[in-house]
Amino acid sequence: MKKFTNSGNIDTRSGFGAGMDELGETHENVVALCADLTGSLKLNDFAKNHPERFFQTGIAEANMIGMAAGMTIGGKVPYATSFANFATGRVYDQIRQSVAYSNKNVKICASHAGLTLGEDGATHQILEDLGLMKMLPGMTVINPCDFNQTKAATKAIADHEGPVYLRFGRPSVPNFTEADGKFEIGKALHLVEGSDVTILATGHLVWHALEAAEELEEKGISAEVINIHTIKPLDDEAILNSIKKTRCVVTCEEHNYLGGLGESVSGLLAKNDPVYQEFVATNDTFGESGTPAQLMEKYGLNTKSIVKAVNKVLAKK
Amino acid sequence: MPNTKQLEDFVSQVRRDIVRQVHGVSSGHPGGSLGCAEFFVALYQEVMKRKEGFDMDGKDEDLFFLSNGHISPVFYSVLARSGYFPVEELKTFRKIDSRLQGHPTTHEGLPGIRIASGSLGQGMSVALGAAQAKTLNGDDNLVYSLHGDGELQEGQNWEAILYAAGNKIDNLISTIDLNGQQIDGSTDDVLNMGSVRAKFEAFGWDVLDIEKGNDIEAIVAGLNEAKSRTGKGKPVCILLHTIMGHGVDFMMDGHAWHGKAPNDEQLEKALAQNPETLGDY
Repeated sequence: MKKFTNSGNIDTRSGFGAGMDELGETHENVVALCADLTGSLKLNDFAKNHPERFFQTGIAEANMIGMAAGMTIGGKVPYATSFANFATGRVYDQIRQSVAYSNKNVKICASHAGLTLGEDGATHQILEDLGLMKMLPGMTVINPCDFNQTKAATKAIADHEGPVYLRFGRPSVPNFTEADGKFEIGKALHLVEGSDVTILATGHLVWHALEAAEELEEKGISAEVINIHTIKPLDDEAILNSIKKTRCVVTCEEHNYLGGLGESVSGLLAKNDPVYQEFVATNDTFGESGTPAQLMEKYGLNTKSIVKAVNKVLAKK
Repeated sequence: MPNTKQLEDFVSQVRRDIVRQVHGVSSGHPGGSLGCAEFFVALYQEVMKRKEGFDMDGKDEDLFFLSNGHISPVFYSVLARSGYFPVEELKTFRKIDSRLQGHPTTHEGLPGIRIASGSLGQGMSVALGAAQAKTLNGDDNLVYSLHGDGELQEGQNWEAILYAAGNKIDNLISTIDLNGQQIDGSTDDVLNMGSVRAKFEAFGWDVLDIEKGNDIEAIVAGLNEAKSRTGKGKPVCILLHTIMGHGVDFMMDGHAWHGKAPNDEQLEKALAQNPETLGDY
């Protein structure tokens, strides 16, 4: 199978910061808002280089989302940033009315998503954000897998007209996609061709899916790995074409199985081509404090969990 | 510029539009709409700098945001009669397939509306964003917003009020409709807010009162005074003292007509008190 090389572990939020640095130079209408988390969102350079386009809102996320919506009136492209919990759950109604229903060109960019923010614990580990955001009509939902892809996605959404939720994280993870690659919203990426099982992964779980595919190959199982960086709109065609071949699927995400990628895939398959599916996702639970690796192990979100899920789904096939 | 008589005639027609819209669908919010009729007419017919037609960005003109979206009947009437969309369309208010939704929205593309409102407490943040975009664009026109007094109970307002003063946003004039009423009763009974003036001043705003909030001349004078206070390093707040239901005697004095539609007989009474001046839709 095709091998991927990790060019060095780095956090996806730094990919966001790098993308913002470039947008600062190339897109004069891009503005950034942040609710007292400038360093955590890697926006220090943007704030320093473009102080007139950086808006420190203080710890007041509701006002931040409303202001971002208002700034689109006059042609600005606001990137409203915080931790994923405070950028979605805390401000759901502001996003719903002032951004989504009003169809404003706001980019909600959220770091520290999922379990892997680690020691801060469940108050900060949102596992429901993809569901919250994908349910909003007109909202595009993107969850890139590494530094390079997060940087590319950050830049790509500036040229997409309409509200976007961009989700990334805190831990250092393998960086393996192409540097300065093109990011096409809604276009899933085939990473590995296979014939026995389809593994659909998003975000931090994509690297684990690749590792799982290698392990499975050693046991004679041919896994197809697809990077679903865009949860909405879902690349129906890519998924259905793969399922036609493999006849079973494992979905992998750092999110609750309720409301996440797996549920979107289930809906698609139920309507078009029902096959057995296993979910590598959290099971309707909150997280807790721990290191990212400990948490991913305890909640079943790592390479081992994916291999196990593949074996389970293959047994049913 | 229209004279006072012309503005008052305009208000009379707007009041008719309000009660007729709400009666036509047996739902909606006439009380707050009537109380703000003079304010809307003063703003759109006299005070705001407006371009011909409508574009979402609103560059090189003043902007207005309605935060307490439930008073949509007055907003729709004044927008229609200021040329944003056909007056005839008022008859579709709150009906299926209409651009005139129960609460204002951009979703159906109604000209004159720049943000959805209805879920309370969000409009000041939006106005602040638009005001800062104007500054970035080198556009020295103003942003106006209107809020209910009960609406100030929503916490997001205070985030916005804090931000506006802390960042010296001085191209924004936010008006509070101080009618002292909300759905469950008087604002004093539901959640007493104490002195709204003292609160805004404590947050660092420049505050002025329009004591006669249903007197068109007083409103025009107050809005012009507010304009003269912009550009001085502070956001400006107008406390507009209005009477809910003003202009229809049986709808005044209390909160009963916050969200209730008149029946046929009540409609006739209301219309008899407000002569047709610009032609009913």
